Amino acid sequence: MDGYNAFMLVATLLVLMMTTPALALFYGGMTRSKSVLNMMMMSYAAMAIVGIIWVLWGYSMVFSDEGGIDTFFNSPFANFALDGVGYDGYTFMMFQLTFAVITTALISGAIADRVKFSAWLVFVPIWATLSYFPLAHMVFGCTDGALICSQIGAQDYAGGTAVHINAGVAGLVLALVIGKRVGFGREPMRPHNLTLTMLGAALLWVGWYGFNVGSIVFSDDLDASDQFLAETGLTFANTTLATMAAIIGWLLVEKVLHGKATTLGAASGIVAGLVAITPAAGAVNILGALAIGLVSGALCAWAVGLKFKLNYDDSLDVVGVHLVGGIVGTLMIGLFSVTAGEGDNIAGGAVDGLFYGGGLGSLVDQLLGVLVAVAWSGAATLLIALAIKFTMGWRIDEESEVEGIDFDQHGESAYDLHTSLSSGSGGLAAATRPDPATRTEGARA
Amino acid sequence: MKLVTAVIKPHKWEDVREALETFGVTGMTVSEVSGYGRQKGHTEVYRGAEYDVALVPKIRLEIVVDDGDADDVAGIIVTAARTGRIGDGKVWTSPVDSVVRVRTGDRDSTAI
Repeated sequence: MDGYNAFMLVATLLVLMMTTPALALFYGGMTRSKSVLNMMMMSYAAMAIVGIIWVLWGYSMVFSDEGGIDTFFNSPFANFALDGVGYDGYTFMMFQLTFAVITTALISGAIADRVKFSAWLVFVPIWATLSYFPLAHMVFGCTDGALICSQIGAQDYAGGTAVHINAGVAGLVLALVIGKRVGFGREPMRPHNLTLTMLGAALLWVGWYGFNVGSIVFSDDLDASDQFLAETGLTFANTTLATMAAIIGWLLVEKVLHGKATTLGAASGIVAGLVAITPAAGAVNILGALAIGLVSGALCAWAVGLKFKLNYDDSLDVVGVHLVGGIVGTLMIGLFSVTAGEGDNIAGGAVDGLFYGGGLGSLVDQLLGVLVAVAWSGAATLLIALAIKFTMGWRIDEESEVEGIDFDQHGESAYDLHTSLSSGSGGLAAATRPDPATRTEGARA
Repeated sequence: MKLVTAVIKPHKWEDVREALETFGVTGMTVSEVSGYGRQKGHTEVYRGAEYDVALVPKIRLEIVVDDGDADDVAGIIVTAARTGRIGDGKVWTSPVDSVVRVRTGDRDSTAI
């Protein structure tokens, strides 16, 4: 058991790394240079806020087995501030904390460049409470009454519904409620630093092993060490192969549609594949993983163009990558799931999918799981988005947006590349500049 | 005296510099500039979104020479900078009234 705990501590650190720095770099590089700090700050702020409310009432809503409405969530007070949670449960509690953090941070990609930092700080804890914690209970809490896991019986290994569909739908709703960036579709909004994005994508990939491989579940009727060996091996291999296939899928679509395979396409393919294999990592074999990766890479590459056709500004493609990728992975479990068996085949899913003789049952369950996630997340996010819109308001003013949200909201700029012109001639600000009178006296003396 | 100004492709800069040094040009001013000609800029694609980038990077040379050398210098630049593809650039000459070397006060031809 000591070994298992050590493994879970490492997995937890890896998932923690996915939000900061990985997601912050991935998103930060894709924004314009005048917005990169605000983009990164949304990840850092999500980490701080969601982490704190997770230990206060989030963990209790998801995993306590008393009070509340077991179908959707449990009592926020049963284990408030981890009351009644023994230290031996802390590693698992912290692992799950990192999931809550990154799910919330993912949403920020849909609203780059234009949202008051204060509005984000208000949105984050309310959204985590009303959308993430309930969906996490329905999927990961998995008590007898939990809707997606138990009542519907949809499989979701590491969070296709609770994490990616949830964040993707939230991104779509926010993009629609908040509106487009000034100049969207008219002015160039090119990524300002694709090397940051490439680094972020690679770090996300590494961190994702904590996400998927760390989501191991033990069943009572199997030998624990055999199952640990088989399941971690399977999820590690599936996570890797699906991602590789998704890179190929994305680049093929790009080459056909636009003539060139791009760097941003490769980085995006990585994330699309990781998203899609997340719910399926423990349920499919290598062929299933390759198929899921290839399809998600290709479909997401196509889906990121939807925002221009449908005219909504999901700035960094949270919808195109996380919602579409999450749905692809969650549904394809219904096709490729293989049942866990004995011996060599000890790891695997709960049921056989359509392609393995299981009929349509699993596919229908998966579809129901998707629908519940879309409906819950859509309703919760819309409620919060409208409440903020009609009270404090979401947007910074247009002039500040054009000048750059970094300076407007944080009083900083990310880069100082022209020192001779921009800071040299301006000199120190009045507050820190030596008093001219004193200076003159000094010179006379 | 003439001022020869050339706007060339950045990757031809070394070829042009070598050719001018071989000819005997002793100094020049070089800047990194951006602009476009009849071909306009180029198109970049990010996640399927196409952006027209109007300005492309170029190198601008400014060389002051004696009247008799102006055509030769312009010709050398044209030969060395030519790739035959679109966007190779332009060379033009213009008259210069006077030149003073700041360090010595030398004027005109002596100052070049």
